[in-house]
Amino acid sequence: MNTLIKTDRFVLSETERSAIEHEMHHYEDPRAASIEALKIVQKARGWVPDGAADAIGAILGIPASDVEGVATFYSQIFRQPVGRHVIRVCDSMTCYIGGHESVVSEMQKQLGIGLGQTTSDERFTLLPVCCLGNCDKAPALMIDDDTFGDVQLDGVAKLLEAYK
Amino acid sequence: MKTLTSIGPANRITRSEETHPLTWRLRDDAQPVWLEEYQQKNGYAAARKALTEMAQADIVQTVKESGLKGRGGAGFPTGVKWGLMPADESMNIRYLLCNADEMEPNTWKDRMLMEQLPHLLVEGMLISARALKAYRGYIFLRGEYVDAAANLNRAIEEAKAAGLLGKNIFGSGFDFELFVHTGAGRYICGEETALINSLEGRRANPRAKPPFPAAVGVWGKPTCVNNVETLCNVPAIISGGVDWYKSLARPGSEDHGTKLMGFSGKVKNPGLWELPFGITARELFEDYAGGMRDGYRLKCWQPGGAGTGFLLPEHLEAQMYAGGIGKVGTRMGTGLALAVDDSINMVSLLRNMEEFFARESCGWCTPCRDGLPWSVKILRALERKQGTAEDIQTLLGLVNFLGPGKTFCAHAPGAVEPLGSAIKYFREEFEAGVAQVASTPRTPATAS
Repeated sequence: MNTLIKTDRFVLSETERSAIEHEMHHYEDPRAASIEALKIVQKARGWVPDGAADAIGAILGIPASDVEGVATFYSQIFRQPVGRHVIRVCDSMTCYIGGHESVVSEMQKQLGIGLGQTTSDERFTLLPVCCLGNCDKAPALMIDDDTFGDVQLDGVAKLLEAYK
Repeated sequence: MKTLTSIGPANRITRSEETHPLTWRLRDDAQPVWLEEYQQKNGYAAARKALTEMAQADIVQTVKESGLKGRGGAGFPTGVKWGLMPADESMNIRYLLCNADEMEPNTWKDRMLMEQLPHLLVEGMLISARALKAYRGYIFLRGEYVDAAANLNRAIEEAKAAGLLGKNIFGSGFDFELFVHTGAGRYICGEETALINSLEGRRANPRAKPPFPAAVGVWGKPTCVNNVETLCNVPAIISGGVDWYKSLARPGSEDHGTKLMGFSGKVKNPGLWELPFGITARELFEDYAGGMRDGYRLKCWQPGGAGTGFLLPEHLEAQMYAGGIGKVGTRMGTGLALAVDDSINMVSLLRNMEEFFARESCGWCTPCRDGLPWSVKILRALERKQGTAEDIQTLLGLVNFLGPGKTFCAHAPGAVEPLGSAIKYFREEFEAGVAQVASTPRTPATAS
């Protein structure tokens, strides 16, 4: 399903603006706060809407194209809407040996989506992620900020149930 | 009480201050060691000694003599790296960056240190900053390590409140401030010059070297980038001394001190332990990891991360140190080994690994950007038994063209090291992926 992306004029909230200005002071150069600024917007809105690059660039004094270049480089900055909960499945070779591909298949079956997609009720987005550093408990995954290890196929439904 | 995900066997083996400089302070319940408890366990005594009793050059010299080598995978001597910082006193804005962007597949050692012993890293950075004359430090932490971020930030606040960070620390006249910077994904951020670009708020493409970060680093200033575990070794070297530190490793090892080593995969007791350099891989595999689980046989193993080559069971006699693993044909890497069992097909495993490396290529240089997806395409075809007769030659060509010295950074060489060794030891599994039906070659002479 295609989501129509609204291109209305984007305005940073006062909270977002002050958080970004606070971050700028941790670095010698305002540009360094660009990734953090994108994360601040994403935390408030779930993703980084069109127009955010202009607004962030204006505060940091750098071109919007530079902000957009950063936004599209990093895998944890979302330039399209995501679900209320983001599932990150570790796809390291350790989790491969631990059977992560069958966990991914089971999730895809239960959610009716593929990797990189969002459920139609906007509840879940399913993404692959670099090694989560939980290798003694493979396969591992994260849902939002919670990390799970030793994920069993028959435990997937219960795991998802906790996230409404 | 929240259980940290890093709880594991490292907490359960017998440890002592004399033999386990990194982990002796770990709590049995794996809860973080906060300032009060850390100080009760001699915490910040090394920092006090370094800042009040030692000259800056003596700290560098001590670390140089200790033989400490980088624990992030490359193993460059830390004291030598520190010695590259300019002698010119007028270059007085200098940075210490901690590489905490732990994303190497099968590596979870820095996570454990940061979650459970955040003050050890803060103390290590304080002493190192003094040695490097850095006035400010950043811990470049991957975004997914949310517990590590919370614990490091709390430790930094505790240290600031106790005067262990900030102005005139221990009355020495030395000032140091420390920040946690969390990343936004991408494995390449762990490459030290890509990390600097990322910290500056740019795309994480590696930079050309020279100039090295010690001359031109973050914001153009002299910069030193060290791994978490490397920095965590520094306090014990300062307080215990070079002779003691050099007595830790087993005979035969050319590397000194201890190392966080691990074994995962289908072993009985997957885990992470602080062990002396020079123990054999067999001790690690059998005595600590307990050997394979019932019903599984060890087919091959990787000594330290996705970028290291595969070794056979007979290579378990190798000693775990750079030269010991070097003798059997690959690198020790991070020292966290992976057991591959006999249920795993090497073509499928390599397909998984090269998908990772291809996805994480920053795209800056052509061999890496185009070569890695090519290898994925071939491996997928072989996995479906639809490969062509030339495919293995093409893969070997990629192993050559993407190897050391031919790309902008070490990403692609790391990607092809396991591929080359997998074909070397398990060529028949790759040949089994060639389609049995006689077909015309896709293109003549795809690789020389």
